[in-house]
Amino acid sequence: MSRLDINTPSHAQTVVDGLYRDIERHIAASPPGLCPVDMALSFLTLCRAQTCGKCVPCRVGLAQLSTLITSVLDGDADEKTVNLIERTAETIVRSADCAIGIQAARIVLQGVRGFRDDYMEHAKNKRCLGSLENPVPCVALCPAGVDIPGYIALVHEGRYEEAVRLIRKDNPFPTACAYICEHPCEARCRRSMVDNPINIRAIKRYAVDHAEPSAAPVLAEPTGKRVAIVGGGPGGLSAAYYLSIMGHKVTVFEKRKQLGGMLRYGIPSYRLPREKLDQEIEYILSTGIEVKTGVNVGTDIGYDELHSQYDSMYIAIGAHTDKKVGIEGEDSEGVISAVMLLRGIGDGNMPDFTGKQVVVIGGGNVAMDCVRSAIRLGADKVSCVYRRRHSDMTAQQEEIEGAIAEGAELMVLRSPTRIERDANGHCTALWVQPQIIGAIGADGRPKTSRAIYSDEVRIPADVIIVAIGQGIETFGFENTSIQISRGTIDALPDSRISNTDGVFAGGDCVTGPATVIRAIAAGKVAAANIDEYLGFKHRITSDVKIPNPRLDSKLPHGRINTNEREACQRKGDFECIECGMSPQGVEQESSRCLRCDHYGYGIFKGGRKGIW
Amino acid sequence: MVTLTIDNKTVQVPEGTTILEAAQKLHIEIPHLCYLKDINEIGACRMCVVEVKGIERLVASCNSAAEDGMEVYTNSPKVRESRRLVIEMLLSQHNSNCPACVRSGNCTLQKLANDLNIYELEYPKQYRSQPWDRNLPLIRDSSKCIKCMRCIQICAEVQTVDIWDVSGTGSRTTVDVSHNRTLDNTECTYCGQCITHCPVGALRERDDTMDVMHAIKDPNIVTVVQVAPAVRAAWGESLGLDRDFASAERMVSALKELGFDYVFDTNFSADLTIMEEGSEFIERFTHRNMYKWPMFTSCCPGWVRFLKSQYPEFTDNLSTAKSPQQMFGAVTKSYFAEKIGVDPRKLFVVSIMPCVSKKSECALPGMNDACGDPDVDVSLTTREMVRLFRSEHISAEHLSETAFDSPLGTGTGAAVVFGATGGVMDAALRSAYYLITGKNPDADSFRDVRGVDGHKEAVFDIPGAGEVRVAVVSGLKNARILLRNIKAGRAQYDFVEVMACPGGCAGGGGQPIHDGCELAGERGDKLWELDGEAPIRFSHENPDVRALYSEYLGSPLGESAHHLLHTDHRAWNMPPKRKPKYRL
Repeated sequence: MSRLDINTPSHAQTVVDGLYRDIERHIAASPPGLCPVDMALSFLTLCRAQTCGKCVPCRVGLAQLSTLITSVLDGDADEKTVNLIERTAETIVRSADCAIGIQAARIVLQGVRGFRDDYMEHAKNKRCLGSLENPVPCVALCPAGVDIPGYIALVHEGRYEEAVRLIRKDNPFPTACAYICEHPCEARCRRSMVDNPINIRAIKRYAVDHAEPSAAPVLAEPTGKRVAIVGGGPGGLSAAYYLSIMGHKVTVFEKRKQLGGMLRYGIPSYRLPREKLDQEIEYILSTGIEVKTGVNVGTDIGYDELHSQYDSMYIAIGAHTDKKVGIEGEDSEGVISAVMLLRGIGDGNMPDFTGKQVVVIGGGNVAMDCVRSAIRLGADKVSCVYRRRHSDMTAQQEEIEGAIAEGAELMVLRSPTRIERDANGHCTALWVQPQIIGAIGADGRPKTSRAIYSDEVRIPADVIIVAIGQGIETFGFENTSIQISRGTIDALPDSRISNTDGVFAGGDCVTGPATVIRAIAAGKVAAANIDEYLGFKHRITSDVKIPNPRLDSKLPHGRINTNEREACQRKGDFECIECGMSPQGVEQESSRCLRCDHYGYGIFKGGRKGIW
Repeated sequence: MVTLTIDNKTVQVPEGTTILEAAQKLHIEIPHLCYLKDINEIGACRMCVVEVKGIERLVASCNSAAEDGMEVYTNSPKVRESRRLVIEMLLSQHNSNCPACVRSGNCTLQKLANDLNIYELEYPKQYRSQPWDRNLPLIRDSSKCIKCMRCIQICAEVQTVDIWDVSGTGSRTTVDVSHNRTLDNTECTYCGQCITHCPVGALRERDDTMDVMHAIKDPNIVTVVQVAPAVRAAWGESLGLDRDFASAERMVSALKELGFDYVFDTNFSADLTIMEEGSEFIERFTHRNMYKWPMFTSCCPGWVRFLKSQYPEFTDNLSTAKSPQQMFGAVTKSYFAEKIGVDPRKLFVVSIMPCVSKKSECALPGMNDACGDPDVDVSLTTREMVRLFRSEHISAEHLSETAFDSPLGTGTGAAVVFGATGGVMDAALRSAYYLITGKNPDADSFRDVRGVDGHKEAVFDIPGAGEVRVAVVSGLKNARILLRNIKAGRAQYDFVEVMACPGGCAGGGGQPIHDGCELAGERGDKLWELDGEAPIRFSHENPDVRALYSEYLGSPLGESAHHLLHTDHRAWNMPPKRKPKYRL
């Protein structure tokens, strides 16, 4: 025996380490709808294997929990068993000696409290409430339910126009989504079980960039019904598009000079080129939609009055008002909101930041849009001030990384305290208080508190951009049946507004600021239900024939990520940052799709909704 | 066309053909279990996997298209090992209590396991039983279910009733009544198509044979059996008899051997049904404004259950005439009891039906008009009758022919076609024509309504009455489409025949089971053949039906007839229809 050995992992340990990574990816690809009790048992099984076996609660208690939950799932338990599970888990949390037992029991405890209904259904009725509603993960997670495996297969065959046409069945903004969708579809892509998710958005981008223009959509017989849409953003235009196809006469009322909503007035052109957006809107309008821009419903014409002139009305006004930080000096000259900055840029009014020091407050995607726009507007230095850590920022990681590459300074764990101004009332600096990260709250995000050994810091600023969130314009809803609660319009899940006759609402103005694809989905839901309300059952479908799945091998294979233009080059203009895939790349990436519409549950339980 | 080789043999098939079908063309039978052509091609059981050169994993042949240049091996060592272990997996969760299983000898799982020489199982047995109400006409034994999903698909895709669904998730996933309901709380029509498409013994009808044998044994009880038209076209199948040899008269001999006192024919009451329903149609047709249109046939209880739960607003469109089964029971416990001088309460009426739903029909409230007891005491399926023959060791291949007893054993050609889709319509039109014009038409005048198509329609001109627009549908999906079209004003008819089972009673849920074969067409052809050969082909010419009216009932739709032969479809309720799922 040597006195000391260099610690090298055994072969078995190396394999197990690899399996940990496999299981992490497997968990990431969990489809929605699984039985939570079964999942709790599965988590517990993993945790049980980690116990060292020393202390009683962890060694015996976890084993007994496992037996008890199994009996619940097997239908051999009753309500008493569920109570015993709760008491046992609570006791292990209180009495186990280390984190292995405490945290394992905590997982069980959270479950037995958080989804007690599921436990009780098993215990009392020997049944399960879990069900896989939509078996294809990407389709299930796309708010608009776009036929993703279908269009990937079409792209693989080079049938780009048909791919775009198939997307339009559920989403009239294929191009906008190809460039800027947050792609929730990729989150649980089953391909993660093999290697990494399919780069769905980039495949779509290839389709829209290479598709021949589509013929104008075929419209149903005119119904003679008229629908007013308030708001010409992605949600309003989606509803308008489908309602027009259904044969209704649609008029869109837009407050601003141009259509597009946040696609134009929120998302900078370096992410979504303007000519692409204009083409997309042009196609939507080709269905015969009437547009009235520069009309502010609520002031120029009341909601009730407008409704009285139409058979139905859809409110999709988005969330375009800014939120204030609420600090001293916020009213100074040079302090602007993100909404104002991006709105001006949307209409082509480019402020000149040459030589200026710009500070952006906030850590979300909108903050990044401001940071990167400010860089392109010639700012000398752009700092992004955020009160939590880099990893807590809600902006997409690639946005943050892109901003840093373009020269932005991230100043994290800094909480704004006041704005310093000169004699003319113009801001000169933002004062921030360094923070220390603290306990994690119920929402899973850490709180911060003042770092007591650090003093306030002065960040010189000629321009301060506040990007801490948006709200909705509530003006004009007084004395109408449209209710506002917690700052948003009260609408039902089918987008109807209760106590109104034929008024619908959806998108950001109902949910609060969300994503483009959710607004599009809301517009689609509204179109279907407005059609029903008007007494029709028009069906939206597509004549595109989906290719059969191919039998090629699905061995692990790297995912293709798209490239961006070089930071030093792109930061000087508002041209598109992202480069599309190459023909070789798209051929390879699209062949990685596992075709969950055919394999697994898809072929059995509606892998494809051909009609809605 | 694509060209490929399967087990080194070359075959050419149209593009889109599955590997399984391409192999069938070469007479290479790839074993399969969950596959049902066009209905369940989901690759669940993995029995049909094959090896394709160049693909490292095995491929399900039932739902993978044959491709040009493919080299397929259906029995390679990899395939054999996989198939073997997969069937052992299935057996580990299957309650293979084969000797005491209704499907023993006619079980696809049993056959495949035998074919693969599986005699020792390497996995421990682990199956679970879910509770089930054994009083229902349809019984599910979850411990035998292999989750092939066929029942779900048949009910959803062919019948559009959605009674079955996947339940639970993960490895505990099973099949159960949809939406966590119990079967008695659903719109189940008891059509039994899930039973005839189950590859194993997980689904079956409630077995009522012991009740029948008890009655036969009891010297104080007079047993009367009636046999439905479609039964005679199918009963010999599972006894290994040729369809021509297995005549109705040989079946009569077997039923006599069982010990029934009287063996009668539901054909008799089918003719009676025509008299009532035909007269009712004429009454409605000549007083158009007093009735809702079209008039629907009411002899199929699965259809009546479907209509009452899915489209209750059409309840008054149903003919009020009872089904032949129920008319037979009502006449037996009144007219016939009187005729033989027996207390009707001592009569025990058994019906042999190609149907599971008849078990629920004979138990409906109001089906006791003759004497207060149920008009029909027990309804057996064709399969149960055959099981009785087996249990009594009746040597089927040596049966001689015996005629049905008189007087309720007389039927015409018009009656025997009740067992095939279009038959009721054909028979009704033959007699309606006579009742209106006073003359018989050519018995084959209405042949446009024959054949196994799920939806048929025709317009017939009846002199003196004008044009009669008729439709004939079978299968509940077709029925739903028809009702939707009528409701939306897209279709107008005067008289509509609906049968719940595809192909009508010939393809009924109580008929013998042959996995993978749909025999409704073949059996139906036999019935049309019997009609063609029948000496009498018009219900109104049935001499014993005429005697019944002159001696006992008076006239069709008369007071006695109304009391015994008609029913109130509103006298009982179906569980309400579930709201359709929110689309989007």
